[in-house]
Amino acid sequence: MSLVPTLDKPQRSLERPSVVATAVLIVGAVYCLFPILWVVMASTKDGGELFSTFTLAPSTHLFHNIVELTEYRGGLFWRWMLNTALYAGVGSILSAYVSALSGYVLAKFNFPGKKGVFSILLMGVLVPGVILAIPQYLLFANFGLTNTYWAVLLPQIISPYGIYLARIYAAASVPTDVIEAARTEGARELYVFHRIALPMMAPGLVTIFLFQFVAIWNNFMLPYIMLGNDALFPLTVGLNGLLNQGATVPALYTLVITGALLSVIPLVLIFLVLQRYWRVDLAAGAVKA
Amino acid sequence: MTTLNRAPKSAAANRRQRVITPYLMLAPGIVLFLVFMAAPIIYTLVLSFQKTKVSGLGLGSGARSTVFAGFENYIAALDPDFVASVGRVLLYGLILVPTMLGLALLFALLLDSKRARATTFSRVAIFLPYAVPAVISSLLWGFLYLPAVSPVYFVLDKLGLDAPEILSNDLVIFAIANIALWGGVGFNMIVMYTSLRAVPSDIYEAARIDGASEMQIALRIKIPIIAPALVMTALFSMIATLQVFAEPMTLRPLTNSLSTSWTPLMKVYRDAFTRDDIGSAAASSIVIALATILISFVFLRVVQRRAFGQED
Repeated sequence: MSLVPTLDKPQRSLERPSVVATAVLIVGAVYCLFPILWVVMASTKDGGELFSTFTLAPSTHLFHNIVELTEYRGGLFWRWMLNTALYAGVGSILSAYVSALSGYVLAKFNFPGKKGVFSILLMGVLVPGVILAIPQYLLFANFGLTNTYWAVLLPQIISPYGIYLARIYAAASVPTDVIEAARTEGARELYVFHRIALPMMAPGLVTIFLFQFVAIWNNFMLPYIMLGNDALFPLTVGLNGLLNQGATVPALYTLVITGALLSVIPLVLIFLVLQRYWRVDLAAGAVKA
Repeated sequence: MTTLNRAPKSAAANRRQRVITPYLMLAPGIVLFLVFMAAPIIYTLVLSFQKTKVSGLGLGSGARSTVFAGFENYIAALDPDFVASVGRVLLYGLILVPTMLGLALLFALLLDSKRARATTFSRVAIFLPYAVPAVISSLLWGFLYLPAVSPVYFVLDKLGLDAPEILSNDLVIFAIANIALWGGVGFNMIVMYTSLRAVPSDIYEAARIDGASEMQIALRIKIPIIAPALVMTALFSMIATLQVFAEPMTLRPLTNSLSTSWTPLMKVYRDAFTRDDIGSAAASSIVIALATILISFVFLRVVQRRAFGQED
């Protein structure tokens, strides 16, 4: 009886809020939000105000800037937005599917060569995608496939890290006896995968999808190298080009800034909506493997 | 009789089916891997040992031929520009990786300590920059680095202080490290926080009853427990550091401090597309890839021996 209060007391005092801990986190949050706050304010200014009024003071030209950006070369900016959505959306769905299929086989089947496939895959995790971009360009150029949608879409479907994660999810979430039971009842392997394993792996697959979606959305080097036609550009390459022209035509700066704001909005929304899926356990089993 | 005859047959067919199935299901992954990862690497390896020989004036289709170059491209690729870019990236990594991981760990521990308030807000806010592409974040910070725009310069100016120009030759490396820090600290924080949350809290309770302070619990229990996550974040951060490309490429229009070979990948890009020297670009790519794998391997080996040696 006397033990309970003594155990209870220090615990409550330990969870007393600490001003320092809160302050450190708030400082970090302000640092991270500051450029976003800036771009919101800056996109409300016209070209003259950008360099003359106080940085964080809002103005009234946001709507005008958006109209001007929309009119820029017949709506090229929105084309970039659609291209980005296409590259990231289609690419990451295919990537998550291929990762799930491969990871499931590597986790649940025994076959000769399995170890070899997995080791090569792990090496693939260490080879950064960006270093592959120029080699991929050189190879694509041989077949005349550069400067097409395929050139950006296809190389980003394979994700050794996604397969690695999918293998962990499959091993952890799909019980082997459930698979065995379905097989005894005569279910075909692909049916077992699609109807039984895939739904069980779903939460993990959302994480793989998000990973790849962000990676493709943020990718700059691959489309920058592969594409010459600006109608195929994603946002990153398009805005980079616009900023480059801005060095000689400062009037483009307001377009660049408004474009930056608009291109951040979709991904931020996706983040906030799918926030709970960001349970990234990079190390799960990694060091043991 | 017929049924007896057919039963073993179909079992054999079944078995054959069973044997082939995993390979068929792996096929999409393997084909994509071979076409988009293995083949480019092999092709680059081949190119790195070739050079174009021009005979006569180099006109006509027969005037250019591809010949074996030995290590010529490698020797040419390892020029002073390349060495300088490698030095810059190493310094950049030395600035960025410890700062980013240190801050990420600090934030993760504070989020986990249950003593901070408004943690959901801070967690989401610090993670948010991960959603911003490097090109966009470089663009935002690029403007914020301009004295005419930056509120920091505004405040210092009002105070009558002369602030150094962050985009100058000496400081631009910090400017770029700050952009990468801004984009990466939240992601690493989430990875560490996820591992911290996976630890059953009764371990901490036991330590508290033994009189350990929060600081001791963080240093002696929490950090060692999430060591695997720390290793992986360090590894991924180092790999990302070696391939820095988008940030300096985006900042270039705003400053004269960034050469076309500021980082190794920028030099590869310049060689391949501005100078049309595919051999040298291929050789540099191979060197960068090998260095990345080597560093990853050595790092994992050292860390594994140090931190997990007792498990072997």
